[in-house]
Amino acid sequence: MWQWLYKLGSPRHFYEMTTGLVPWLTGVSLLLLAAGVVWGLGFAPPDYQMGDNFRIIYIHVPTSMCGMGAYVLLATMAAMHMIWNIKMADIVAKVSAPVGAAYIALGLITGALWGKPTWGTYWTWDARLTSSLILLFLFLGVMALRAAYDSESAGSKAASVLAIVGVVNVPIIYFSVQWWNTLHQGTSKLGGAGSANPPEIWIPAFFTGFAVIGLFFVAVILRSRNEILYRERRTQWVQDLLQKELTHA
Amino acid sequence: MSRSALGLAGSLGTTLQRELQLAFSSPGRIVNPLMFFVIAVSMFPLGGRMSAEVLGTIAAGVIWVTALLAVMLSMESLFRSDFDDGSLEQLLLSPQPLYFHLQVKVLAHWLVTGLPLVVISPLLGLLLHLPEAGYGPLMLGLLLGTPALSMIAAIGTALTVGLARSGLLLAVLVLPLSIPVLVFGAGLVDTALNGLPLTGVVAVLAALLVLAGTLAPLAIGAALRISVH
Amino acid sequence: MLTVANLGCERDERVLFDHLSFSVANGMLLQIQGANGSGKTTLLRILAGLNSDYTGEVLWRGQNCRQTRQEYQQALFYLGHAPAINRTLTPLQNLRWFCGLQGFSDDAAIHAALQQLGLAGYADIPCHQMSAGQQRRVSLARLSLSAAPLWIMDEPFTALDKQGVAELEARVDAHVTSGGAVILTTHHALQTRHLLTVVNLDALRTESA
Repeated sequence: MWQWLYKLGSPRHFYEMTTGLVPWLTGVSLLLLAAGVVWGLGFAPPDYQMGDNFRIIYIHVPTSMCGMGAYVLLATMAAMHMIWNIKMADIVAKVSAPVGAAYIALGLITGALWGKPTWGTYWTWDARLTSSLILLFLFLGVMALRAAYDSESAGSKAASVLAIVGVVNVPIIYFSVQWWNTLHQGTSKLGGAGSANPPEIWIPAFFTGFAVIGLFFVAVILRSRNEILYRERRTQWVQDLLQKELTHA
Repeated sequence: MSRSALGLAGSLGTTLQRELQLAFSSPGRIVNPLMFFVIAVSMFPLGGRMSAEVLGTIAAGVIWVTALLAVMLSMESLFRSDFDDGSLEQLLLSPQPLYFHLQVKVLAHWLVTGLPLVVISPLLGLLLHLPEAGYGPLMLGLLLGTPALSMIAAIGTALTVGLARSGLLLAVLVLPLSIPVLVFGAGLVDTALNGLPLTGVVAVLAALLVLAGTLAPLAIGAALRISVH
Repeated sequence: MLTVANLGCERDERVLFDHLSFSVANGMLLQIQGANGSGKTTLLRILAGLNSDYTGEVLWRGQNCRQTRQEYQQALFYLGHAPAINRTLTPLQNLRWFCGLQGFSDDAAIHAALQQLGLAGYADIPCHQMSAGQQRRVSLARLSLSAAPLWIMDEPFTALDKQGVAELEARVDAHVTSGGAVILTTHHALQTRHLLTVVNLDALRTESA
């Protein structure tokens, strides 16, 4: 187990180990997505309160949650990069930031589309929406800081420090936004897709949930592989790989 | 020889003294954030025709957001000249503990840039028709909140001091991190105006200050070591 | 005192140096040579602990510098490209802070150091009113205030006049005589009574290529 993890820390081994994984993960995720979407949009019964509007949760909930998880992943990788100087951790931190930001943005957009018919407005300063928006800002800050540095190594370390500072701040931000929300009461709370819902509603949600997480990792792995090839382009193994691809073509 | 060993406190004293001397020999460091604060706040009533009552309800928010911007804009002078002239390297290479020197440096910076904002804030409350019950909580909140903001903004400053044009980037990095202080700071005034008890909010603000004051110097130190590369 | 083992550094995908090993003992004067861009400054900054982007080890009295940072920095005097003198402050204010960072206060020594460098009477004049050479001298005044045995100096002769150069050479000599060690870079032909050890980064690169 440890040896396996240790191997994953080396860019070359990561590349080789993920070569076979990508098509499988993509295929399974797309199948789950198709099943979940068809079932969720076509066959699940309408919600007794929200009618058909609720169906957007099949995309909205998993993308938002996955976006939040992506920030934790980013900060964990940043910490591993700072403490143990693991190259692979920095690569994952770098490539997962834009994917996570896109997920959060998608969550915000789908949330707004759902909010219009349900709350009568696209945007409301609800605690969850506000926290997601701030998380998006944190993602953008980390990306902007990395991009501002000419030196790859200095930029990655600076971005790592910011990501770690950000993740310490996230619970405090969440706490403050919730408190602020109780101070300015005005938004309605969503009844929640709780246990009262029949299984026909939440089983497709599981399908799309796993699919969205799977596709997140597909994107991160594919981007990591590109980054590995770029960073290691001078090494023998990448040259050999290139040679092999060229003779194939 | 008249050489006398300084303890940690004495060594920190020289840093405090140096920062204050720097501020008083270039008064713009003190005056500019203050002028920005006053002028920017006076723009709000001019930007929209609002009744005294409406102004009064947004006063705390406007003053707090502007104070946050003033703190951030004043940060340019915290590390810039030290970075350019090599003093920062000497600070990083000092055998004295960097953590405390950074704490003192930010504290000194707050004394000359943040504290004046606190002192002048009632005047701005007056301009914005802040209800009477709000003045005390406004000043108390700023007194606890602006040093925390200085600490947080100093992290962003340390991360960007090596970059040529860092002003806007600094804002992008620092503003989201400042939200908790802003929320509880402005919230303290609202709490007072709603006639609710203040102790809880004051305690949270004090906790945020302690947290920022103890954790931020670690991040600032790490960031400076990256920036001097 | 200082041992460099198997040091390597890459910048922008270019290998500046690799497998670099040498050690510096008491009473040693070491000059780092190399063309522009060969990595002299980078090497000095790595030795001083300002740059941590390297492979290999830098050992101070047998222990890794990163682990014994405080002890190492106590023993180190670093003079970089920039003078580390704030132009708004006076020499006295600048040097007081320097002493404070070393953990002592000694105004008499500061005045003596300034006098020795021909800056008597300048103690309370803001540095921006002085010439580049005078500012450099203020920066060099720190040498007499520091008790560090190891000096690392990057182009210390910049902006000095003939007399200043000779004085600094004498000072370096005296430090080496008294058992200290000096690592420096310079484009100028160094005059010294001591044996000058040279590490040439260009030769190293052609060797490995």
